[in-house]
Amino acid sequence: MANITLNALTKTYGPVEVLHHIEAEITDGEFVVIVGPSGCGKSTLLRMVAGLESVTSGDVMIGDNRVNDLEPADRDIAMVFQNYALYPHMSVRQNMAYGLKIRKLPKSEIDRRVEEAAEILEIGAFLERKPRQLSGGQRQRVAMGRAIVRDPQVFLFDEPLSNLDAKLRVQMRLEIRKLQKRLGVTSIFVTHDQVEAMTLGDRLMVLNGGYVEQFGTPIELYERPASIFVAGFIGSPAMNFLAATAEGKSATLASGSVIDTAASADGAVTVGIRPEHLVPDDGGPLSMTVDMLEHLGGVTLLHGPLAGTDQQMVASLEGISPVEIGDTVRFSAPAGVVHMFDAATGKRIEG
Amino acid sequence: MVENRRLLTICAHIILLIGVAMVAFPVWITFVGASHEAERMLQTPIPLWPGDQFWVNFRQTMWGSGLDGTQTAPVYMMLFNSLVMAMMIAVGKIAISLLSAFAIVYFKFPFRMGFFWMIFITLMLPVEVRILPTFEVIAQLGMLNSYWGLTVPLIASATATFMFRQVFLTIPDEMLESARIDGAGPMRFFWDILIPLSRTNIAALFVILFIYGWNQYLWPLLITTDTEMMTVVVSIKQMLEAAEQSPQWNIIMMTALLAMVPPIFVVVAMQKLFVKGLTETDK
Repeated sequence: MANITLNALTKTYGPVEVLHHIEAEITDGEFVVIVGPSGCGKSTLLRMVAGLESVTSGDVMIGDNRVNDLEPADRDIAMVFQNYALYPHMSVRQNMAYGLKIRKLPKSEIDRRVEEAAEILEIGAFLERKPRQLSGGQRQRVAMGRAIVRDPQVFLFDEPLSNLDAKLRVQMRLEIRKLQKRLGVTSIFVTHDQVEAMTLGDRLMVLNGGYVEQFGTPIELYERPASIFVAGFIGSPAMNFLAATAEGKSATLASGSVIDTAASADGAVTVGIRPEHLVPDDGGPLSMTVDMLEHLGGVTLLHGPLAGTDQQMVASLEGISPVEIGDTVRFSAPAGVVHMFDAATGKRIEG
Repeated sequence: MVENRRLLTICAHIILLIGVAMVAFPVWITFVGASHEAERMLQTPIPLWPGDQFWVNFRQTMWGSGLDGTQTAPVYMMLFNSLVMAMMIAVGKIAISLLSAFAIVYFKFPFRMGFFWMIFITLMLPVEVRILPTFEVIAQLGMLNSYWGLTVPLIASATATFMFRQVFLTIPDEMLESARIDGAGPMRFFWDILIPLSRTNIAALFVILFIYGWNQYLWPLLITTDTEMMTVVVSIKQMLEAAEQSPQWNIIMMTALLAMVPPIFVVVAMQKLFVKGLTETDK
C-alpha cells in the first residue's frame, strides 16, 4: 500500500504541452477517479504513473520512491486496460500467472494467488479457458484478476468499463468499488463518464485541456463546482447556465427577471442552476416555454428557452409531469443552489 | 447457394471435373511412366495404365545408381539435399524476417524507416538479377558445393519481413504494454507473445517458403558441381540430358514422382494452419 504524489508533473509532445504542472496527493487506500472529456490528457497522466509514458518534468512518487525512471514492472503497479489486453493464446490461468512467472515466484505460490484471485472474482470455473471463449464481463474480471494476483501497491484503470454494455457496466462498477474497498489498494481510475466517476471515486480529479480544474470529493464537485467547466461536466442533465448581471446578492437575467444568489458579486456573471433544483412555482422568476419533453419515468425533463431569450434551459421534475409542449412554466430556485461564476474567467464566485 | 438449378449444377461439375482432369492427367502419366520398364516407355503409343515395374523402378531410383551407365548419386541423397535446402531456407527466412520485422515495428532506432524501405526495395530484385555477384561472393567464401552455399543467399526475405511487419502491426499496443507491466523484456515478449500470436502466419509462410526452397532450380544448378550435393529438382533435368543415350523415362518419372511427395506432404499436413494463417484477422 502506498500514497502517490504527483509533483509539478508536465508532459510535452514536441512543442505541445499536454499536461501542465499537475499537482496531486493521493493517500494510501484512496480511490481517485480522473475524469474529463476525450483529449484532456487523463489517459496520458495515468500512463505516466504506470511508466508507459515518459515524464517530461516533475516527479511521480509512489510511497517514498521517485519512480520516474523505473520500468513499469518495477513500480509495483497493476493496470487494467480498456480492451483488457489479455494474451489471446494463453488460458485464463496462464494470463493471470504470467507476470508472477516472470518474477520467478515459486509454482505453489503462483497457484495459491491465482486460486485466491479467481475465488474473489468468481472466475474459478473458467481458469482453463482461452479469453476468446469468455464474455466481455468475464474478460473484464480476468483482467482484474491479473491485476490482483500481483498484489501491487497501486491499481491503475484505463477506462476499463467502456467496452461493456450499459447494464454490465453498472454491475462491474459496483464490483470494482467493493473490491477496492476490500483490498484497500490505492487506485487511480480514468473515465470520461461522469456517473462512473461520481459513483466510484473517493475523490475526483477533473481534467480539462491538461489542467486540473478541480480535485475533490464527488459531493464537493457537485455542490461547489470550482468552474463552469466542472459545473457543466458533473451532473446529468447538465447544469443550466444563464448570463446575468449581478448586484450584491441578486442577479438580473437577460429576461429581466431577478433571482437571489448565495454569493455576492457585481457586474457580468454566469448563473448556474441544476435542472433538479428548479422548483415549479407560479410566482417564480424563471419562465420557460417548453419545446421538448423527455419522460424518463422517475423524472420528466422539460427543455425550452428562458422566456424572452434564446438561452436554453432544462428542468427536471419528479415523476410524470402533466406539462405539455408549448406550455409556459414558471420556476423559482432557492438562493442556496444558485451558483455564480465569473463571466470572463468561468471561475466560481464565493462569499 | 443463391441458385439451385439442376442443369447449372451439372454444368458446373462437368467444368470442374475437366479442370481436375487437366491438372491430374500429367501426374497420372508420371505415375504410369514410373511403373513400366524402360523399353516400354520408348514404344508408341505410350501406356495409359500402370505396369508392374513400380517397385523395381522405385528401388533402382531410390538406392541404385539411378540411370544405367551414369555416375549420378542415388535419389535418396538428392531428396535429402533438397529437404535440407528447403528446410534451411524456410526456417532461416522465417527466423530472420521475424527478427527484422520485430526490430522495425517495436524498436526506435535511427533510420528505422530507411531500413524498412531498403528491405522493401529488395523485393524488386529477384535471385536472377543478382545471381552473378552473389555467385562471386559465395565462391570467394568457399561455400560452393555446401548446404550453406545453397541456402544462405536465398534466406533474406523482404516478402516475409513485410508480412510479419503487417502481422505485428495488427497486434494491439496494449499487448506490449501489458507485457511490460508484467515485467517481460523485449526478447521475452517476442517469444512469449509475438511468436505464439503469429503462429498461424508462420505456418502459412513455412508452407510457401518450403515449396519455394524445394523448387529452386537456377541457384542450385550454379552452385553445385558435385553430384552428391545436387538437389532432386536439378537432377531431373540432368537425367534427361544424360550422356548419349535415349532418356530412361521410367527412372526420370519415378524421380519426378518422388520429388513431388515432400511438398505435397507439407501442404497436406499444414493445410489447416495454412488457411487460417492467410484468412484469420482476429487477434
